[in-house]
Amino acid sequence: MTKELIQGNEAAVRGAINAGCNFFAGYPITPSSEIAHGMAELLPKFNGVFVQMEDEIASISAAIGASMAGAKAMTATSGPGFSLMQESIGYAAITETPVIIYNVMRVGPSTGIPTAPSQGDVMQARYGSHGDYPIIVLSPATVEDMYHLTVEAFELAHKFSSPVTVLSDEIIGHMRESVTLPELGERIELPESENIIGIGRRMHRTGLAHNEHGLPTTDFKEYEGLIKRLFAKFDSFKPKVKVENGDADVIFIAYGSSYRSARRAVKILIGKGVDAGILKLETLFPFPEKEVRKISKKAERVIVPEMNMGQILREVERVCCCDVVGVSFFGSLIIPEVLAKKVEEML
Amino acid sequence: MIVAESPTHAYLTDNSINIRIAGRGGQGIIKAGLLLAEALVLEGKNVAQTQNYGPEARGGACRTDIVASLEEIDYPGLQRIDYLIVLDEGAYARYLPMLNERTIVIYDSDLVKSAKKGYGFPFTRISKDKFGSELFANMIALGAFVSLTDIVKPETLQHVIKKRMKNPEKNISAFRLGAEIAIAPEIITR
Repeated sequence: MTKELIQGNEAAVRGAINAGCNFFAGYPITPSSEIAHGMAELLPKFNGVFVQMEDEIASISAAIGASMAGAKAMTATSGPGFSLMQESIGYAAITETPVIIYNVMRVGPSTGIPTAPSQGDVMQARYGSHGDYPIIVLSPATVEDMYHLTVEAFELAHKFSSPVTVLSDEIIGHMRESVTLPELGERIELPESENIIGIGRRMHRTGLAHNEHGLPTTDFKEYEGLIKRLFAKFDSFKPKVKVENGDADVIFIAYGSSYRSARRAVKILIGKGVDAGILKLETLFPFPEKEVRKISKKAERVIVPEMNMGQILREVERVCCCDVVGVSFFGSLIIPEVLAKKVEEML
Repeated sequence: MIVAESPTHAYLTDNSINIRIAGRGGQGIIKAGLLLAEALVLEGKNVAQTQNYGPEARGGACRTDIVASLEEIDYPGLQRIDYLIVLDEGAYARYLPMLNERTIVIYDSDLVKSAKKGYGFPFTRISKDKFGSELFANMIALGAFVSLTDIVKPETLQHVIKKRMKNPEKNISAFRLGAEIAIAPEIITR
């Protein structure tokens, strides 16, 4: 394998195809459009189907339908489209349908700044649909991650029979990096997905609360059993984090493009004699509570840099047992020197 | 070879090359960056290329940044500007405060009137005269850049043009023209 220059969104496409994705429905939107472009070009060559739908509501609905019929299905969008998809993400969660939703975040709310990065959709990715439901949210920070976490998203979606959201951002999606990746078509064998409709038997799928036969129920006990079972499925889930200098006094907890800035800031601080380390969140939800709590036990201070007013910060604060400080940045890559200086001023 | 070094950030063992290409949407800024970035990868460098542009299809401010290093690139943004290729007055004015005394500036001498240092060539005018279109100014500028800096081998970049561009012959001849004008001192304006 030799190094090649590839864009984050292109790496996501390769990851999806190598993981066996054979259905993509979407509506192009900056900064995720290259995923739709790549899928339109490549899926037909890999016996898959690409459909450009009339909007994002239709896109995710088609992906859910395809998944129920046995396809490995995915859609991709950005903020405004992600908002439109929310109702159906809840439908995928309650019907336990594996589907991958890619959100390459841009500045919001509303149409925001289409070409600028943001991390404003973190809590929406977790709680965006109404009702009580669990969901998996992954966060790539490199072009390589865009490939590997896409593959992982397919594995997890089918293992847990659940929607999985990959929360990227404009920097990571549009960035090109030199990487060594498996080639396009180097198929990763995942467990066959089960087609639950279109097999010649009567069946029932509903967004209504349902009993174990899949039939609607208004019985509170049955509803409670359903929701508790949905959440309990994730008890065995192992969130992914990556730690460097985990024993340090000052620990950054970061994800997505903020991680890249924080990682450099750590080096700058170490150069200035500050004992600094970093924890990278590759899984945002279910939140890596144990891992974050553990690192906070040795730390004096935890810094959470984000391109928002402080979203994952709330989760970190919830589980940490030391000082936690959020640092907000907007609209472009966080400048490591500026971040390091802010941290120095706190010490 | 012209080596740009940073006077600041001495605490970082930083052997990276930081390049910014800037202009307006429609000038092929990001495409030029992509070709250069890919050539750097083919010559064994680790590379990160980012970009910044407005929602306009044409005319808006546009730039691309390339970091190349033999080491792993943690932060993909520019630490400083070692090389600036600039095809627009507004872009020059915007990034002027970021230039240091070692920054090498290569600019379109018709479009960046206020440039105070560096190497100016009328890339866009030459493109119009030789190819009947402004579209090749980016390739001519790349040719001049590569010839002036030796950052990548011209053959590597031509190989990438062949692979990535729809009209490789014309683009390669524009690239070669850029390389030629850069060594002919009479058209260096400053």
